[in-house]
Amino acid sequence: MSEPVWEVFRKERRGQPFEHAGSVVAPDADFAEAWAREQYGRRGESVALWLVPRDSIRDVEDWADEFDLKYRRVDGYSIKARLKEARERAGTAGPG
Amino acid sequence: MNEQALLGLADDELVLGWRDSEWTGIAPLLEEDVAFSSIAQNEIGHARAIYDLLVGEEGDADALAFDRRPEEYRCSPLVELRLLEWSHAIARRWLYEAADELRIAALKDDPDKAVAGLAAKIDREEAYHRMHAEMWHDRLRNEPRFQTAVEELWPYAVGMLPEDLRPELAVRTGLDLPSNNLLQGHERGTHSPELTPLWEEMTMVRRSAPAGAQW
Repeated sequence: MSEPVWEVFRKERRGQPFEHAGSVVAPDADFAEAWAREQYGRRGESVALWLVPRDSIRDVEDWADEFDLKYRRVDGYSIKARLKEARERAGTAGPG
Repeated sequence: MNEQALLGLADDELVLGWRDSEWTGIAPLLEEDVAFSSIAQNEIGHARAIYDLLVGEEGDADALAFDRRPEEYRCSPLVELRLLEWSHAIARRWLYEAADELRIAALKDDPDKAVAGLAAKIDREEAYHRMHAEMWHDRLRNEPRFQTAVEELWPYAVGMLPEDLRPELAVRTGLDLPSNNLLQGHERGTHSPELTPLWEEMTMVRRSAPAGAQW
């Protein structure tokens, strides 16, 4: 059997998002389900699983940032000083 | 409580759990290795729950499970066979689950509430075992090696059940009931020569520490 890979996503508790858990190699959806149940569910570690054929996943991994527009990134500038100033104005202490 | 039927069920689950555990690490596919071993563990868990019920709160389920002589076990010859060829191991799983479903359904109607409740609990887990077995059956049903294995094991599977449940098993599997002649040596109450070596291994630690091993 030359078989597709199924990516497995699991939900740990109700209300939580699905997170990638790993994968199983299986010839069809039924085998994928049976095997994923055993590998990602038998210890009570999941309340739900998603099984996605790897072929159905669109891969995105190249990021062009040629002009160093660092103000668009979260590490682009510090707000620490401005936050302190704002707190003083509002008369409140910092967190904690 | 139908103690003999329950003991037969528990012994079947224990022994099949042992036999199927022999595939751990050597199943033909990695994913199946995990699944097959997990199902084997479940079966042993069912055996434990039934032994617990049979011995009562003060009783010792381990003693019931391991301190009998081989001939005192009530398991059927089907589960005793050492099957180290995948087509046979998976054919046995499929036949076993079909037969198991029928006797557990009967126990779910037991007038004893503790028995009926435990049967229902076991059945909820067996639903996934059946799904697993059906999936393999669907895939292999036209493979000559699998068909041969089913043919060879069929009289054993019939011999697992009391006579009143056998016709339904034939309907479910689409196979013809064998003649009484063919059932000889395959029915519960007799044992295959393969039980004793299994029993030797299964009870080895227990027998080596009669006062009880502490873990």
